[in-house]
Amino acid sequence: MIAYLDNSATTKVCREAVSKMCDCMENNWGNPSSLHIMGINACNILEEARETLAKALGCQKKEIFFTSGGTEANNLAIKGAVSKNRRKGRKIIASSIEHPSVMNVMDMLERDGFEVVRLICDENARVRLEDLEREIDENTILVSLMAVNNEVGSIQPFDKVKSIINKKGSPALLHVDAVQAFGKIPLKPSAMSIDLMTVSSHKIHGPKGAGALYIKDGVRINPVTLGGEQEKQIRPGTEAMPAIAGFGEAIKQLPNINGQLKKMTTLRNDFLLKLEAVEGVCINSTEDALPYIVNISVPGLRSEPMLNLLSDMGVCVSSGSACAKGHKSYVLEALGLDNGRIDSALRISMSRYTTEEELDLFIKGIQTAQKVLRRR
Amino acid sequence: MKEIILLKEGELALKGLNRVNFEDKLIKNIKFRFRDLGKFTFTRSQSALAIEAESEDVDFEEAVERLKKVFGIVAFSRAAIAEKDIESIKATAKEYLHEQIVAAKTFKVEAKRSDKKFSMTSPEISREVGAHILRNYPHIKVDVHNPDLKITVEIRERAYVRGNQIKGIGGMPVGSAGKAAVLMSGGIDSPVAAYMMAKRGVQLTAIHFAAPPYTSMKAEMKVRDLVKKVSEYAGRIYFAVVPFTEIQEKIKDECPEDLFTLIMRRLMMEIATRIAEKDECHALITGESLGQVASQTLLALGVTDEATPLPVFRPCIGMDKQEIISIARQIDTFETSILPYEDCCTVFTPRHPRTRPTLEQVREAQALVDWEELMEKAIAETRYEPIN
Repeated sequence: MIAYLDNSATTKVCREAVSKMCDCMENNWGNPSSLHIMGINACNILEEARETLAKALGCQKKEIFFTSGGTEANNLAIKGAVSKNRRKGRKIIASSIEHPSVMNVMDMLERDGFEVVRLICDENARVRLEDLEREIDENTILVSLMAVNNEVGSIQPFDKVKSIINKKGSPALLHVDAVQAFGKIPLKPSAMSIDLMTVSSHKIHGPKGAGALYIKDGVRINPVTLGGEQEKQIRPGTEAMPAIAGFGEAIKQLPNINGQLKKMTTLRNDFLLKLEAVEGVCINSTEDALPYIVNISVPGLRSEPMLNLLSDMGVCVSSGSACAKGHKSYVLEALGLDNGRIDSALRISMSRYTTEEELDLFIKGIQTAQKVLRRR
Repeated sequence: MKEIILLKEGELALKGLNRVNFEDKLIKNIKFRFRDLGKFTFTRSQSALAIEAESEDVDFEEAVERLKKVFGIVAFSRAAIAEKDIESIKATAKEYLHEQIVAAKTFKVEAKRSDKKFSMTSPEISREVGAHILRNYPHIKVDVHNPDLKITVEIRERAYVRGNQIKGIGGMPVGSAGKAAVLMSGGIDSPVAAYMMAKRGVQLTAIHFAAPPYTSMKAEMKVRDLVKKVSEYAGRIYFAVVPFTEIQEKIKDECPEDLFTLIMRRLMMEIATRIAEKDECHALITGESLGQVASQTLLALGVTDEATPLPVFRPCIGMDKQEIISIARQIDTFETSILPYEDCCTVFTPRHPRTRPTLEQVREAQALVDWEELMEKAIAETRYEPIN
């Protein structure tokens, strides 16, 4: 048995998405831009996927722009918004625990002369609204905040940001990286006054290679890549049809969000109870974090050997830190955890397919691994 | 147009009566490197080795690229075969060397006539071919001392036209110096050390110590990738993966912490020696560089060497990290080497390793455990795999 508990890295593609993609490759493989029947069929599938996503986000079809995934959508949102609004101001605000596809763009913009503010998080891995209120000013052109952190699962107060922006009379756009949140918590960008929002297919049981950027009607950004007319020239290039079709199908299969959230909370809480009973385990995620993600540490036992042992037992998790040998997790570091906790961090991330048996296998695995590694 | 490759062997030509053996090795190595490219014929003449493809569909460019990574070749050139008549030679020179002529500002023509039945003398051939080039390419001038392009015309059993030489990588044919076993951790230094010894004609066996679960599958795959990169130069390499976990745990449990690394290195040397001897290797190779880490001080190296009767070669010993890195980049192992996986050397690193150990201390600490059984088990469970 494999206990796949690394769903924040990627998820299993659901059966419905697979068959949709097969149909797309075997029968409806046309180019959506072509004017003949093959093109029209492909275009219909593309627009169906767009409509599905629009419905899921409670937005208009024309506000959806497909990309190759979350990284591209984040790049497009930030670079595109900054390039469009560079004359309105020079300040950009993000949290200090954003995904690398945001962080590294921020670093680049800083080298280009923008003032980048990276907000420190509180002990719950959330930015403080008072910090946001202090930093946002007339010179601020973009605030980029992730909805759910990928390492610890903390939920940011992203829905409260736009009102602060408005209160301060700032021209800033709000970008939300919702890759880990989409399909898991309610996300209605128009109701939450979000201008730009990133979602990804392969975190919700769709295929890799597809994602989308929501761009609020009326908000203008510049394209990053130049080319043909696809996606209203905001993201040119022939649409990755099998992947986008699979993405659409995966969205259709998403269960009711609040109902699923309840189930996951119960599953997570039971898991936490069992974890707490295991000696030597500290829990790094807070209770109000997204129940799909649990970050723990086993101080004294480094993540990498732990991962290897668990993997031998069929348990797939990831280390909280990106890698061994000094590449510390900047997220856990930002939370002020000590090195012992950071070096031994493990992230357990669940999906709607996760079972109690899988979580029990993890508990058993970690007990066995402790015995082996501590050699008592 | 039919093309051949002419090799210049350099050092090999100085090997007197043994030269034939060296040449045999070289030809064997080239044949091995070309094995998937099609059929080639090798012809020896007094000063050069000619390689000719037997069929038209051979990927000649790829063959040339691979030759650049064969040790024992100082330089080589590609030549076109012309009819043995001056008009054909002129036409071939112009057509075959067109790109090189266009790129050059100055040139000269050198003719070598070993077939004295050919009706023109060497200076006459040079003049005729040179004049033909000058007439057709107004931009180019003659410079007999330091030309950008030297066109060589050779009249032997056939007529050959060639342009500038291509630099080979030098060294000695792999295998001509015997076999040795290199200890590969996955770092930057050991692939460089392996490469340098292969360059002097050593055929390699690579020994890697794996300590799962402390080290991952990925760490082992990384070392395999490194061995594969080195094999582009060193030919086939036998890759041995020794399971080292139990020994490392035993060291951690039973030995004084400040001597962990040294005892580990000594046990690695002992195991490597036994594997080497089984594989008829006559030396060990490591990537150690003096003073780089605590186990690489002069005293520590002495203590390590005492664990093996074989000579231990350390071609990086006098090099700075930057020098090692520049070779690693040249042989394209650097990017792989810096992938961040735990390796067996970093698993149980002592906080304060001993830098001035005495042999007595280390022997004493090592004698706390009977290693024989553990070592025999590790050797018995070693996995072998040829890599090329």
